[in-house]
Amino acid sequence: MYSSNLRNFNTMNTELFGILLMYGLVIAIAIPFGKYIGKVFMFENTLLDRIFNPIDRFFYKLSGIDPAIEMNWKQHLYALLTINAVWFIIAMLVLTNMSWLPLNPDSNPTMSGDLAFNTAVSFITNTNLQHYSGESGLSYLGQIVLMLWQFISAGCGIAIAAVVFIAMREHTAKTLGNFYAFFVRSCTRILLPLAVIVAVILAFNGTPMTFEGKDTMITLQGDTVQVSRGPVAGFVAIKQLGTNGGGFFGVNSAHPFENPNYLTNVVESVSIFLIPVAMIFALGFVLKRKKFAWIIYGVMTVGFLSLLIPTIMSELNGNPAITHFGIAQPMGSMEGKEVRFGAAASANWAIYTTCTSNGSVNAMHDSMTPLSGMYAMLGMMVNSFYGGVGVGFLNFYIFIILAVFISGLMVGRTPEFLGKKIEAREMKIAMIIALLHPFLILSSTALASYLYAGNPTEYAGWLANPGHHGFSEMLYEFTSSSANNGSGFEGLGDNTPFWNIVSGIVMLLARYLPIIGPVAIAGILANKKYIPESAGTLKTDTVTFGLMVFAVIAIVAALAFFPALTLGPIAEYFSIH
Amino acid sequence: MKTNLLPAIKLTIVCAVIFACIYPLMIYGIAQLAPNQGKGEIIVHNGKTFYTNIAQSFTDDKYFSSRPSAVGYNASGSGGSNKGPTNPEYLAQVQARIDTFLVHNPGITAGQIPSELVTASGSGLDPHLSVEAAKVQMKRIAKHRSISEKQVEALIVEHTEKPLMGLFGTEKINILKLNIALDNLK
Repeated sequence: MYSSNLRNFNTMNTELFGILLMYGLVIAIAIPFGKYIGKVFMFENTLLDRIFNPIDRFFYKLSGIDPAIEMNWKQHLYALLTINAVWFIIAMLVLTNMSWLPLNPDSNPTMSGDLAFNTAVSFITNTNLQHYSGESGLSYLGQIVLMLWQFISAGCGIAIAAVVFIAMREHTAKTLGNFYAFFVRSCTRILLPLAVIVAVILAFNGTPMTFEGKDTMITLQGDTVQVSRGPVAGFVAIKQLGTNGGGFFGVNSAHPFENPNYLTNVVESVSIFLIPVAMIFALGFVLKRKKFAWIIYGVMTVGFLSLLIPTIMSELNGNPAITHFGIAQPMGSMEGKEVRFGAAASANWAIYTTCTSNGSVNAMHDSMTPLSGMYAMLGMMVNSFYGGVGVGFLNFYIFIILAVFISGLMVGRTPEFLGKKIEAREMKIAMIIALLHPFLILSSTALASYLYAGNPTEYAGWLANPGHHGFSEMLYEFTSSSANNGSGFEGLGDNTPFWNIVSGIVMLLARYLPIIGPVAIAGILANKKYIPESAGTLKTDTVTFGLMVFAVIAIVAALAFFPALTLGPIAEYFSIH
Repeated sequence: MKTNLLPAIKLTIVCAVIFACIYPLMIYGIAQLAPNQGKGEIIVHNGKTFYTNIAQSFTDDKYFSSRPSAVGYNASGSGGSNKGPTNPEYLAQVQARIDTFLVHNPGITAGQIPSELVTASGSGLDPHLSVEAAKVQMKRIAKHRSISEKQVEALIVEHTEKPLMGLFGTEKINILKLNIALDNLK
């Protein structure tokens, strides 16, 4: 028995080394890559210009766009909303006509109207909530069109963050660059090269990239089984990099084709975090305020670690309800997990994916131990511990504005941020955006709970689990929708008109309002007179200010969500301890 | 709106050409150099072709069994059980799997069963077992194949895949490869 214990100890160690490796790689790549992103935003020369300048010109020429035309913040928003409306219409058309369109070797059906609405909204908003399973719910054309959205919705988020960066940089400016130029550069120079690298690594590790349909295999025992395949490698690469998260197959990166081994798991995990973390360093480069960037990075990292560490411990400790059966849990809680990743790398992925609004999974969150489910939800409730590509910083920006205002009041100074006075109008916008997220999550969960409680027989198909966990399934779904995350407690029977339409509306509001708000604030501030820093200025690049921002985040999240979490995961935790 | 509509439509079309046509075709082209031309890794055995990474159902006692699958090892779909950790129905199911395992594996006690053998995997297609989960089945396999436990153990050791670079992640065994090796013993 001693040798077996020793081996368990070693196994657990290699699992934890894996966690360190992944985060180490994220930081090692994100710092130089952040500088590169900053150069892309500032139109500075990079090594890749030789390849990308002609490609970008091709984009501008065929689209009739002059990238030199400057836009103010309102024009940026018009451009963004218009192109998103176009994407929504195209997505609806494709999803409701897949059955007769080409590239459908498995003869999969067309989507119903409400499911197509949900899916179209989900992919244009960078959410990738999936109320269908890729194997049976989409043709390859549908998959490829959704993959296009994974590129361009992510590019859209990065572009709008660039606008806010530029607005924060300018001392006094009416115009903030050209939206289309930021968008094209984000897609071609940031997302595309990384996607090619990741897709090739995946393809050489056993992820399929084929346009052939299902294969039939006769197993060693003689059973006949159909095996779904498809152009998976290209799809998985961008879903990881663009904080999209929508899987090719139903179980996402838990599928042995989407994520065949530990190496691919490392690559895919790093891909989740890379751009969100690099964006912070890009900000430091654009603003020429490295220290400010490190303070933001510090706040986000403390928040991230305070979710990650207890989740890994909880999953490695196993499920107490199973311990009662007297069996061993050397690998930890393994329901819904894969042996090639283990409990630690699954917990790690769960927090990576929920902190960044990615939403891909390599294990089933529904089956995780109660507190891990809660930490995953908290990641989405805060939604800015790194956050989604581009928009994660926009969410964090709101918390910065709130923290500047509150600290200003506390020390009796005029609230100023980067040389601009923050006044009533900006504060109103910031408050509305800060409260929108809890409002959307809690009101829609309340509505669903009310319907379910009123008629549990009619809605019996909604919940796969009784009691507190059933409530958590509903809370998780709307948290994920409002965070534009896309992961789920997948036991929820969510392909019904109610869930499709309500979560669709939540995703729409939660995507566009938190883009409009911060862009408006940044645009208004950019227009204001620049006040040079003086002894009376509140310093924002200090640890004290970092603590202040963290306190604001903790207070908003705790006050808004603690009651709901008590009813779900916390109650469930106490029921087995 | 009007000034943006036409560029938006044209730009979307150009994006479709680059990201939805050229990019996937480029990856497809490169994948032709990958194992099995990017159609998924395979093993050929006695004229049959198997997908290395897709778990198969092994119900026969002379084979190592795979982890339980919530989708019946049906690889035209995929899925976990999505049962919560406290769900009574789920816990009863785990208890039933433990009982079944003990019936098929006389001489083994519950305390020797690692939980991954009685819990459903995330994908329903998990092709691996931990070393413990393989070893606890050794006795049964040896009896049903009339070979020594030592022989079975040697195969387990031979098929154990070390963590990545010996340092990162879990130790694991591909059950399909292990079962093929068992069949090859004779």
